[in-house]
Amino acid sequence: MSGDSSPKAKRVFTEEQIERYSRQLLLPEVGGEGQRKVLAARVLLIGAGGLGSPVGLYLAAAGVGTIGVVDSDRVELSNLQRQVLHATQDLGSEKCLSAKATMEGINPDVRVVPLSIRLRSENILGIIADYDIVVDGSDNFPTRYLVNDACVLAGKPLSHAGILRFDGQVTTVVPGRGPCYRCLYPQPPAPGMVPSCQEAGVLGVTAGVVGCLQATEVIKLILGIGDPLVGRLLLYDGLDMTIRTIRIRRDPACAVCGDSPAITELADYEEFCGLRAAEEIAS
Amino acid sequence: MTIPEPDKIIDLRGTPCPLNWVKTKLRLEEMQPGQVLEVVVDDGSPARNVPRSVEAEGHRVLALTDGSDGVHVLIERR
Repeated sequence: MSGDSSPKAKRVFTEEQIERYSRQLLLPEVGGEGQRKVLAARVLLIGAGGLGSPVGLYLAAAGVGTIGVVDSDRVELSNLQRQVLHATQDLGSEKCLSAKATMEGINPDVRVVPLSIRLRSENILGIIADYDIVVDGSDNFPTRYLVNDACVLAGKPLSHAGILRFDGQVTTVVPGRGPCYRCLYPQPPAPGMVPSCQEAGVLGVTAGVVGCLQATEVIKLILGIGDPLVGRLLLYDGLDMTIRTIRIRRDPACAVCGDSPAITELADYEEFCGLRAAEEIAS
Repeated sequence: MTIPEPDKIIDLRGTPCPLNWVKTKLRLEEMQPGQVLEVVVDDGSPARNVPRSVEAEGHRVLALTDGSDGVHVLIERR
C-alpha cells in the first residue's frame, strides 16, 4: 500500500518551498500539513503602516498565500521611521502597491491584493467576506470601531492592536468565543481626548514589536495552535520592558456582540482630525 | 526481530541537515501509521541527526545499517 494513494490529494511542495519553509516545517506544530494551511490562508491587513508593515513582512515570509492590503494613503517621508514595508524610493507611491511589491519580492508564493480604498460602512462587509482573518493596523478610532463591528457581524477572527509612544496593546477577537473591542471600550473617545501618533509620537520599534505579536496571533489562528489572546489583553511597555496580560470578559450588554445588540448594521463615526473633510476637499 | 520491508525508500545522500530531516518528515506525514520508510543518508552528522529527529517526533527507528552507499535508516511511522 502506498501513502501516495491517500484519498486526500496532498499538495506536493517544490524543492524550493521545502528549503524556503524548512525552519517552520521542522516545527512539530507546523510540518507539511500546517504549511499547506498557511499557503491556503487568506488574511486581510487594514493599513500598511506601522503595524501593518511587520505583519505584512512576516506573513509574506511565512507563506500566507493571499494577503489583502487596504490602504488609500501614499508613502510620506515621516512614515519611513516605522513603516518598514516602504523605502525611500517609494515616496509618493500608493502604500498598498508599495506593500505588494515588497511582500511579493520576499516570497513569490504570496499573492497580495492591493485595495486602495477607504473603508466605510457600505464597503467593509464585502471586502472582509473574501478573507479568513482580519488584522487591524489602522491609525484612527472610526476605522477601529468599524472593523470590530464588521468582524463581529461577519463572524471573522480579528487581531486588534494599538500603539503610542513606547507602549502597545494587542488582543484577538474571535466572535462567539470571547469579548470584542467594544466590550473593552464601548464607545470611541471624544475627538481630541486621545492623542494620535501624529501628535504624541511613537518609537518605530514599538510598531515592530506589537505588529510581530499580531503576526504571531494570525499564524496561530491559521494553524489552530497555542492559546490566542481571546479574552485577554496584552499590554506592552517598552520603557519598563514589561509585558502583562489581563483577562477581559465579554460584556453581555455590548452594543455589537452582547445578548441583545443595538448595532445590527454598520454606521460610520465622524472622522477625527478632520480626515474625511480634508479628503473630500481634496477630491 | 525480523526487519520489515520498507513501504517507501528515499535517497537523501547529498542532502544536508536539516533538509534531509525535513524531507523525511514530509514523507512520513504522507504515510499511514505502521508503515515503514527507509531513508539513505550520508555518514557523519546526517546519520546522527536524522534518527534523533525521527525519534524526537515520536516515530520509531527500527534499524540503522551502515552500507558502502551510505547509512540506511528504517523508520516506522507512528
